[in-house]
Amino acid sequence: MATTYRTCPASGLQFEAQAEKLMKWNAVAAVLWLLVGGITAIGVIMTRWPAFKLLPPDQFYLILTAHGIDMLLCWIIFFEMAVLYFASSTLLRCRLATPMLGWVQFWLMVVGSIMTNVAIFQGESSVMFTSYVPMQAAPHFYLGLILFAVGALIGCFIFLGTLAVAKKDKTYTGSIPMVTFGALTATIIAIFTILTGAGILVPTFFWSVGLIKEIDPQLYRMVWWGLGHSSQQINVAAHVSIWYLIPAIVIGAKPLSEKVSRGAFLLYILFLQLASAHHLLSDPGMSAEWKVLNTSYFMYFAVMASMIHGFTVPGAVEAAMRRKGFTNGTFEWLRKAPWGNPAFAGMFISLVSFGFLGGISGVVLGTEQINMLMHNTFYVPGHFHTTVVTGTTLAFMAVTYLLVPTLFKREMIHPKLCQIQPYLFGIAMSITGLVMMGAGTLGVSRRHWDMAFQGAPFTYEWPGAAMLMMGMTGFFGVVTIIGGGLWIYLVVGSLLWGKKLDGGQYVDKPTPIPAATPAASASHHGSDHVAVPGTVVLALTLFVAFVLYYYVNWKYLSEVWLLS
Amino acid sequence: MSSILPPANRLWWKESIDKTEWFWIAIAFVWGMVMFVMMIYWHIYGKQNLSNEAYKTTPEAYAAKAEKFIAENTVRNETGLNGEEIPVVSVPAGGDGYLIARLWNWYPILELQKGKEYKIHLSSMDYNHGFSLQPVNINIQVIPTYEHVVKMTPTSAGTFAIVCNEFCGIGHHSMLGRIYVKE
Repeated sequence: MATTYRTCPASGLQFEAQAEKLMKWNAVAAVLWLLVGGITAIGVIMTRWPAFKLLPPDQFYLILTAHGIDMLLCWIIFFEMAVLYFASSTLLRCRLATPMLGWVQFWLMVVGSIMTNVAIFQGESSVMFTSYVPMQAAPHFYLGLILFAVGALIGCFIFLGTLAVAKKDKTYTGSIPMVTFGALTATIIAIFTILTGAGILVPTFFWSVGLIKEIDPQLYRMVWWGLGHSSQQINVAAHVSIWYLIPAIVIGAKPLSEKVSRGAFLLYILFLQLASAHHLLSDPGMSAEWKVLNTSYFMYFAVMASMIHGFTVPGAVEAAMRRKGFTNGTFEWLRKAPWGNPAFAGMFISLVSFGFLGGISGVVLGTEQINMLMHNTFYVPGHFHTTVVTGTTLAFMAVTYLLVPTLFKREMIHPKLCQIQPYLFGIAMSITGLVMMGAGTLGVSRRHWDMAFQGAPFTYEWPGAAMLMMGMTGFFGVVTIIGGGLWIYLVVGSLLWGKKLDGGQYVDKPTPIPAATPAASASHHGSDHVAVPGTVVLALTLFVAFVLYYYVNWKYLSEVWLLS
Repeated sequence: MSSILPPANRLWWKESIDKTEWFWIAIAFVWGMVMFVMMIYWHIYGKQNLSNEAYKTTPEAYAAKAEKFIAENTVRNETGLNGEEIPVVSVPAGGDGYLIARLWNWYPILELQKGKEYKIHLSSMDYNHGFSLQPVNINIQVIPTYEHVVKMTPTSAGTFAIVCNEFCGIGHHSMLGRIYVKE
């Protein structure tokens, strides 16, 4: 198929016309779903805020189901489709494989996501994101998810096909770039995830229309989490890729070591799926050996991979800043980093919040015995709002500040507000996550409408501190929603009213990536090595916080009733 | 030369790894091993480990066992806030106690003694439920058709609440149970 290419004069990125259109449409769909998810967030947070308790229970559970699906699936996976097209066609400067199938991907996901939302808002499918059987949703709830997943699967294969096109057309020499490698990691995990998802959602759909009589509820939980958790690993691989992407564009950062960073991505592929087991630690149907093996021996290799990225990403920033001459003391590179650039600021807050809050809490939560202190408490959403929101969502928001000018050819409106937005959203969400975890540590349940237990045969009063934490969750949650709303306004506003930018001429042939000169390779080989003492200090701070918090929880555990 | 370009050195996998990175990789690896050993250590020396004893069952079979237990061990009845009669069942020390999770209550009220060990059986009659003992804060998943036998020794006396912390439908928030622990 004939196609055209343009090279963005500002960024030097080359966009192929078909891929460009698909990126735009997927990104726009993602933002619209974020808007729906954000509106549902208001209902969730204002109901869980004990002072308001906005919605009645039926509406609360409906809205909470929609919030989970629209944020975790619709917003994130539509955006990831755009990331996949970008990381293949744009970074490798080649045509997109099978662009027609790209539209099949897009429309299947549109139809699927709308179908599932219709089922939810009809009110018969308030089964939460997890939809544990034997609780049953309407058939089109499952069918929508299946169509959505098939669409995403097609997107994955187009990505792989595009890598093959680039290889065949020789648009680059040597190995694919780090960011594309990270996207490849996300794709491989996504294919596994979607196939697992088919393994559980297809039978569940048949069960909902009466063709299958029964699904074992423990088996459902095990297979479902192969989808539910693994899909979060797609997000991790995608947002870590963006952590590498943004400093590369903004300050010219390059990986400290290609081998180490790529090796860490490889560990994700090999071990992350097994981490799904940590959702079953307080279940009856699995043995302790199974739990320990899956969550430790295997999961800790994935944890190690994240710890490596947590070192190499700031390390790449530090090295780049030091090469620019910010070499005084341990932290001049950090003080003089481009904090006024919303893409960089968002990326760095994402990195810090994901590491210190989401990462540490996730490992603690995934420890076999400690899990009993937190299973199904408000700690769990506290944890994943500091992984999926401050980690993935904030990274996606940050990269959008780069994509609007280069992909949509529009200048961002209100540059001052753009500068504030990542701080407002990132910091408010981090605090919200922290107080959510605090409330969970005091036992407050997740997915629960009423802390006063209206209509129960007994009363139970939560500790005052728990009520305080829930109030703070409400307040900072609202600030987070304002920060998210601001981002949507800035992005949509820029697309509609932003100053049009020159996008470069359309030409018939791609310009391949120039091969690295022998001199460049020689200089890369050791001689321009930069020490990163600041990153070492940051990493050791993370490590100390990790160890202390981990053992504090063993101390908590030792104080509860004896169990054996 | 950058994360968005192919590696400048085509043989990037032959580059040596800097010692700072080795240092951090070693820390991450050793820490993973420490955390692995901690779970096993706790199985041997720790006093809070979730029981492995579980059986496949049916709601009917489990309810029959629980009803028999209630009939034999009820010590008194209590009236709930909605006027319902709820049996208070004293679990024999060292013996078996049955707790039914169903839409939307925990049944019956169990009475235990501090410092004594009990085998508490948990199962659900319908959907997934969450056994969340407060304010002790022990949380265990309760799954229909699985009977989980958890050995518990209360280390504190008083009145404890069982909150349901797995979403189970519109009445989920009213699913509050009770355990008494006598000195």
